[in-house]
Amino acid sequence: MSAVRDGRRPRSFWVLAWVFAGFVLFLYGPLSAIVILSFQGPSGGLTFPMQDVSTRWFRALFEQQRVGDFKGSFLRSFELGLVVTALTVVCALAAGLAFRRGFRGSTVVLYLALASMIVPSLLISLGIGLMFTLLGLEPAWYSSALGAHLTWTVPFGLLIVLAVFNRFDKSYEEAARDLGATGWQTLRYVVLPLIAPSLIGVALFSFTLSYDEFSRTLLTAGTFNTLPLEIYGMTTNITSPALYALGTLTTAFSLGVILVAVGAALVIQRRARPGRARAAEPAS
Amino acid sequence: MSPPARGASALLGSGAAYGQIAPLVAVFAGFLVFPLAVIGVASVWDYENYRLVPTFVLRNYAELFSSGVTYVTYLHTFTLAFLTWGATLLLGFTVAYFLAFHVRSTLWRTVLFLLCTIPFWTSNVIRMISWIPFLGRHGIVNSALLAVGAIHQPLEFLLYSDFAVVLAFVHLSTLFMVVPIFNSMMRIDRSVIEAAVDAGASSWRVIAEVIVPLSKPGIAIGSIFVISLVMGDFVTVRLMGGGKSAAVGLMLANSISLLQYPQAAAGAVVLLGVVLAVVTGILRMVDIRKEL
Repeated sequence: MSAVRDGRRPRSFWVLAWVFAGFVLFLYGPLSAIVILSFQGPSGGLTFPMQDVSTRWFRALFEQQRVGDFKGSFLRSFELGLVVTALTVVCALAAGLAFRRGFRGSTVVLYLALASMIVPSLLISLGIGLMFTLLGLEPAWYSSALGAHLTWTVPFGLLIVLAVFNRFDKSYEEAARDLGATGWQTLRYVVLPLIAPSLIGVALFSFTLSYDEFSRTLLTAGTFNTLPLEIYGMTTNITSPALYALGTLTTAFSLGVILVAVGAALVIQRRARPGRARAAEPAS
Repeated sequence: MSPPARGASALLGSGAAYGQIAPLVAVFAGFLVFPLAVIGVASVWDYENYRLVPTFVLRNYAELFSSGVTYVTYLHTFTLAFLTWGATLLLGFTVAYFLAFHVRSTLWRTVLFLLCTIPFWTSNVIRMISWIPFLGRHGIVNSALLAVGAIHQPLEFLLYSDFAVVLAFVHLSTLFMVVPIFNSMMRIDRSVIEAAVDAGASSWRVIAEVIVPLSKPGIAIGSIFVISLVMGDFVTVRLMGGGKSAAVGLMLANSISLLQYPQAAAGAVVLLGVVLAVVTGILRMVDIRKEL
């Protein structure tokens, strides 16, 4: 510890650094193996060694009869993710504002949100599935599965928004109000620009959690599969590297989404820098 | 603003607050509370020829509690949860400690933290599948061990076993430990640690008597996540256990796939009760509202 202060790295630093490196390897090693194996040659199997290199398994994904409906399920997951994201950001932001004002029953709502994260996904899936059956409704990815995903993404969004507002400097809003801004103007021109990067974080969470959600979709998706359900189905039917190719593609897509979100957050943060921020127009 | 006006605006404000919280409450009411209530109701229903019969019977619970399989499965699930909890806590605490106290530059801390979180944003099913090339009969581990002569036959327990299940759980959920513990650690006032060091405490004593006690809320939150994830899981047990591992969630999933909904509902109610009991037990140690 004392060495930390005088600038030298203590021995414990190096031990911990190796543990950390091992952890990162543990996280990424398996994933990189399937990325490599998805380029397996036509005669290769699910494990090393590589028998030649080809893109045959990627091409197999786009022939519908070979490995199932990859394109359709991807589009459904993508659209569902977008809708979940939009609803989650709105719900979480509005709820965050409500928590700032304070209202009766806020503790109950907070515990409800925590319960929503803790209740096993399978139970939510079962409950919503049964509910739709009893109400005589047909479960579908855009109705029952949408609701099931919201029970997972909205609590995450709420926790992020609450954490952001807890660290939010109220003097910005007071300044806006003193200059005569209405409540809506304060929100639109002062609060939202300041918390925009965090809202992108909420969006990123919502989209990726929904896009990859399996358990909550299982009994709520209805007739048509989302991508995780399709992949899960493939694990029992497909014993070729096409499975890995799909894994590689969908992981690459997730990484792309993360990059876009991080990029967007950085751009917004730069724009919101004090020197360049446009002042809110005061109400006349 | 004069006090009476403040009172009036607060009243107005609380009206707006109810409007703002309404969408969130609607989501939870419609897709959490009501569905769980439906499960509760269905658990006392009867079923005949795969059809639900609305009535009031305790048969589903009686069957559940009179079957030895239930207890064995619960015991096994608790074991899986305990092993996973221990491993993720040890690993998660170490990683968080390294990031919080040994990485000095904020940039590096952010980069390394993101490095840990990125896999969380990818598909769990894919992350499980990705163990096949490593642990399979002809996987990397077996090939390597055979090559160096450490074993003469491929190890069968690597994939499709309890070992594989716990490994996958640790792989998937350690982040849920890292994040809250890291969050708690970052709030620790560095001068407290300096004081302990100045008073002659060794690194170990600083960890044991300063950092661990002050990280307790993070540890509690991480534990809640990990334990409830394992208790309710069925995908990991099915994919990684390959029929050689059992869990309460899997038992439930099986009765659902057999369309025995009332039975599944009773099982679900009991599982929910158990999970909530464990969580409440952990929550007694920490006030979550302070952690936001």
